[in-house]
Amino acid sequence: MKNITSLTLTQLSNALTDGSLTSREITEAFIKNIEAKDGEINAFVTTTFDLAREMSDASDSRRKLGKPLSPLDGIPMNLKDVVSTKEVRTTASSKILENYTSPFDATVWQKLKDAGVVLLGKTNTDEFTMGGSTENSAFGVTKNPHDLTKVSGGSSGGPAASIAADFSAGTIGTDTGGSIRQPGHFCGITGLKVSYGRVSRWGTLPMASSLDTIGPMAKTAEDCALILQVIAGVDEKDSTTCPIEVPDYLSHLKKDISGLKIGIPKEYIIDGIDPEVLNTFNATKVILEDLGAEIIDISLPHTKYAVPTYYIVAPSEISANMSRYDGIRFCSVPEESNDLESIYENTRTQGLGDEVKRRILIGTYALSAGYYDAFYRKAQKVRTLIKQDFENAFEEVDAIITPVAPSPAFEIGKNTSDPLQMYLEDIFTIPASLAGICGISTPVGKSKDGLPIGTQLLGPAFKEERILNIAHQMQKSME
Amino acid sequence: MLTQDEVKHIAKLAKLKLNEAELKKFTGQLSSILDFFGQLQEVDTDNIEETSQVTGLSNVTRPDEIIVDGQEDALLDCAPHPIENHSIKIPKIM
Repeated sequence: MKNITSLTLTQLSNALTDGSLTSREITEAFIKNIEAKDGEINAFVTTTFDLAREMSDASDSRRKLGKPLSPLDGIPMNLKDVVSTKEVRTTASSKILENYTSPFDATVWQKLKDAGVVLLGKTNTDEFTMGGSTENSAFGVTKNPHDLTKVSGGSSGGPAASIAADFSAGTIGTDTGGSIRQPGHFCGITGLKVSYGRVSRWGTLPMASSLDTIGPMAKTAEDCALILQVIAGVDEKDSTTCPIEVPDYLSHLKKDISGLKIGIPKEYIIDGIDPEVLNTFNATKVILEDLGAEIIDISLPHTKYAVPTYYIVAPSEISANMSRYDGIRFCSVPEESNDLESIYENTRTQGLGDEVKRRILIGTYALSAGYYDAFYRKAQKVRTLIKQDFENAFEEVDAIITPVAPSPAFEIGKNTSDPLQMYLEDIFTIPASLAGICGISTPVGKSKDGLPIGTQLLGPAFKEERILNIAHQMQKSME
Repeated sequence: MLTQDEVKHIAKLAKLKLNEAELKKFTGQLSSILDFFGQLQEVDTDNIEETSQVTGLSNVTRPDEIIVDGQEDALLDCAPHPIENHSIKIPKIM
C-alpha cells in the first residue's frame, strides 16, 4: 500500500470501511508527517493532536460496532482558522484574536463533527482572509510545499498547503474572491468554491458578507464531493442559505460528460498570462474534447470591471464587519487603554495588520457621505452587469473554463509592497464571486520549474454537481 | 487623489491611529487604488438595478420564540473586561 498520508480521502474512507486501516493509524501517520515537515511549511496555526487521537479512538469504536456516522467517520481533517471551534482557539491569523476561543462551534464544524471527522488543527490564512498569499498572516507565511521560496496562495494558503504536503485528508477553506481556488491552483490540489448560499457561514468569521462562501479542499474532486455532501444545506442560523435540495454529489461524478457545452470567455485570455499557464489551459481544452465535450467561444463583456467592483464592494462590507473588533466583547486589549476611545483605538491599531487596515480605510471612504453614489452604488450596479454576463453565458453553455490565476505560485515577498498588484492576482476568480456562482480549481499540469498549474471550471449557481462531475472526469482521464 | 488629511480623517472614523510613516504609505497606496476604481465610471449603468445580494431570498423568518442556549456566561467570559451583573464593565464614557 502507498504511504497512508498520500492516499486520497476517498481511499482512506474505503480503507476504514473495509477495516484495512484504523482511524488511529491514519491520524498518527498525519501527525508524524506534520511534526516532521510543518516547521518548514507553516500550514498550521494551532495543532490539536491530543484531541485528534481521542476523536480517532472514538471513531474506531464506532466502526468496530459497525456504526460509522458517515463515510467521513475517522477521517483526519483541518479547518481554516476562521472556522469557530469550541475545542481550540480561532485566531483568523490575527493578533487581535490571538487568545480567542469561541464558546460555540461554526455550523460547518458541527456538521463535520457529527459526521465523525477528526480534527488535526487550524490552518493559516491571510489575516481575516484578506489577501492572496498568506503573507498577511500574523503567524508567518505558509510556504508552498512544491517550492519553499514560493507562496502557497491565499487566503486559504494553510489549508491548501496542508493537502499538498499530505498533512490532512481534507480541509475547509473560505472563498470570497478566489481564496479557495487560487491557493488550490498554486498548491496543485482541488478546491471548490460553492455557490453563495449553499453552505452555512454561521460561526465562520466574516470578511465580506455578500460574497463569503465556505467550501472543501482536498486531493480530488471526489474527495470534495464527499465533504460537500456533509456540509451543504439550509441552516436556520444563516438566513442566506437557500432551500434548494442538496443532490447526491457522488452519484453525479460518474456521469459521461460527452455532449456538454463548455465555454471559453475571450476576456480571460489576456496579455500578461504566463505562457505556461496558457499552455496548460490549452491542454485542458484537449482533455475536455477527448472526453467528448464541445468547446465554445463565449464573451463575458464586463469581466475587466470585476476587480475594481470587488475592491469597492468587499472593503465596504469589511469596514462594517470589522467594526465588531473594538475590544469590548472580545479581543486582546493593550494595557495602557484607560478610556473607551483608547480601548477602541489601541485594540484596533495594535491588533490589526496593514492589509486589514487598508481595506477598512477603503471601505470607510467608499461608504462615506459624498462618495457613496460614485463608489458603492456604482459598484453594485456594475455587479449586476457582471452577474448578467454569466446568466447569459449559461443560456448557451453548461460550464465555463478559465485559467485560475495569471501565473503559477509567485515568490514570497514579490507583491507585498504593491497592494494593487496583489489585487490583480484575483482577476480570474473575482467575477464568479460577484455573481455568486460555483467554481472549482483542478490541477492540470506543472511548469518547467515543477510548480502546479490548475484550471478553473465555473458552473451556474447551485450546480456544484456539474462542475464536480467535469473535474472528476478530467482527473480520471489524467490518472 | 487623496490627501494625507483625508486619510487621517477616514482613519479617525474607523478608530485607527496611523503614525506619520503609515499615513504617508497609506495615502499613496489608497490614492492609486481609488484611481483604479475610476474606470467604473466608463460603464453605462443607467436603469441598472443594484445587486446587494445574489440569492434572491427575501424576508427569511422563523417563529418568534425565545431559545435559551445557556451560553450567556460563556459569551461574557470572552470579554477582556470585568463582568458585573451579567454585564461587561467598561470605563466611563462621559
